[in-house]
Amino acid sequence: MAAAPQTIEDLARAEARRPRWLAVILDFARQRPLGAVGAAIIVFMALLAAGAGLVAPYDPLANDYAAMLSAPSAAHWLGTDSFGRDLLSRVIFGSRTALMVGLGASLLGATIGSAIGVTSAYFAGRVDLLVQRVMDIFFAFPVIVLALAVVAILGTGAGNVILAIATPMVPRCARVVRSSALAIREMPYVDAARASGFGHARIILRHMLPNVMAPILIMATAFLGEAILLEASLSFLGLGVQEPTAAWGLMLRGAAVEFAESAPWMAIFPGLAISLAVFGFNLFGDSLRDALDPRLRTQ
Amino acid sequence: MTEALLEVHDLVKHFPVGGAMLARSATPVRAVDGVSFTIRRGETLGLVGESGCGKTTTGRCILQLERPTSGRILFEGLDLVTLGEEALRPVRRRVQVIFQDPYSSLNPRMTIGQILAEPLKVHGIVPDRQGRAARVRELLVQVGLLPQHAGRYPHQLSGGQRQRVGIARALAMEPALIVCDEPVSALDVSIQAQIINLLEDLQSRLGLTYLFIAHDLSVVRHISDRVAVMYLGRIVEIADRKTLYEAPVHPYTKALLSAVPIPDPRLEARRERTVLRGEVPSALKPPSGCVFHPRCPIAEARCAAEAPNLREIKSAHWGACHLA
Repeated sequence: MAAAPQTIEDLARAEARRPRWLAVILDFARQRPLGAVGAAIIVFMALLAAGAGLVAPYDPLANDYAAMLSAPSAAHWLGTDSFGRDLLSRVIFGSRTALMVGLGASLLGATIGSAIGVTSAYFAGRVDLLVQRVMDIFFAFPVIVLALAVVAILGTGAGNVILAIATPMVPRCARVVRSSALAIREMPYVDAARASGFGHARIILRHMLPNVMAPILIMATAFLGEAILLEASLSFLGLGVQEPTAAWGLMLRGAAVEFAESAPWMAIFPGLAISLAVFGFNLFGDSLRDALDPRLRTQ
Repeated sequence: MTEALLEVHDLVKHFPVGGAMLARSATPVRAVDGVSFTIRRGETLGLVGESGCGKTTTGRCILQLERPTSGRILFEGLDLVTLGEEALRPVRRRVQVIFQDPYSSLNPRMTIGQILAEPLKVHGIVPDRQGRAARVRELLVQVGLLPQHAGRYPHQLSGGQRQRVGIARALAMEPALIVCDEPVSALDVSIQAQIINLLEDLQSRLGLTYLFIAHDLSVVRHISDRVAVMYLGRIVEIADRKTLYEAPVHPYTKALLSAVPIPDPRLEARRERTVLRGEVPSALKPPSGCVFHPRCPIAEARCAAEAPNLREIKSAHWGACHLA
């Protein structure tokens, strides 16, 4: 086909044929290539996690005592660990744990945090003062210490790890959402809802919360990367998910201490996976923030 | 037409200044400082004054969006100030509001249909879904919109259309009194006329009572039966429209009216103007005696010492001036 000169009409037709959601994604990719790279990493990771059973060459829990601590080879692309388990399979299955814990913690933290933030802004006055001081107490602890405290109280296990990672997110989300909600509270449509005699719950959930969704979404995405890192840290410390579940932090734990010199691949590959995942989520989160809410830009 | 629907007695609203909860300053902003008036069923009371004179705060107190510092607000004989949030709920149905800014007075995340159906559902006015949809269409037609506007979002409508939605939302509650807080000052002049006509039309059809807050004197003159003039948190003059515009007694009202341009260049060039000196004093530190005395062209010594009460100067014509 000859390359016909492109007229505005041609371009408009091509534009019209393209579905809207695709146009939005292409726009995002064109304007924020780094964000698109992040998104690609996330999608790749999600696909791996979803199809782990199909993609992984071995059972991640199967021991092969004939091939313990073997270096990367054609049979085991990333090598094996001290129990002869295939590292590639464990890295792939590890993405499942990472995503599950990360998503769970972000969702839980963002939900509780924004509920507290909007409620605090809505009632204002003494309620607000009290809630914000309680949040300050949570802020006083480093993230990892707070998470450790929760695990220490509740015990280990995937569910408790999600709770532990969500805890430090609650005050942060509450504070950001509160500041947005304070502005929304003064909007005439909130006054109109109050003048109509609607209940507090209805005003908070139907009139205020939907209008502070942008910062909540941004917080949740930005926190995902951090949650994955936190999960790996807790697992590394032995307070996260437990053996023999495939989890990146857990793989590092065994590897870094005993086999750093004799079998460095055991530590390198899960480490790379963690870095890549966190990198992907942070890139995407930053771009999403810039695209959705330019006011929140940090520089 | 003589029964009082709303009586406001000595309404006072002070706002504390200075941020910290424990260290509130001793001198509050006196936004509304002893305002009294009555609105009869079926009439329109215009409330005029400069920005910051407390007219919007007065409206918000009547709506119970702000709790007054003191005073009484009797609506159909019920003192709203003493009622708790639960007891207020049925009253809120009867007292509705139309806001100034049609862009921020509608929730951007709800369709017009949802906005109008919500009060019908919450207050059990129309319990079934189909009935609500029918009532929403009826309301839309009543304010001059089309039934298919129900599926639109506020950002898809123009300013005038949005203001009509705001009116429909107030009507959904089947109110007796509507507080119109500058309902046309954000609109184009041509749209202003349409909205004013709509408000008048609805009033005659539904027997509504309006408190019409505005700073545009010609709009107030057009729509009001009686007019109250506010200055620095107080009512300085209140009378029926004709009397107030043609024979004002308070020097502030005279100055205000003399600032309205006449749409005829020859008359405009010849008309007398009273130009007030200075600025409106701060509501933090209102002047002694009559709050208007520092700017008043006819002030005497006793104006600075003694605050004038609102008194009936002529029949049904009240003014707060020693010299009137």
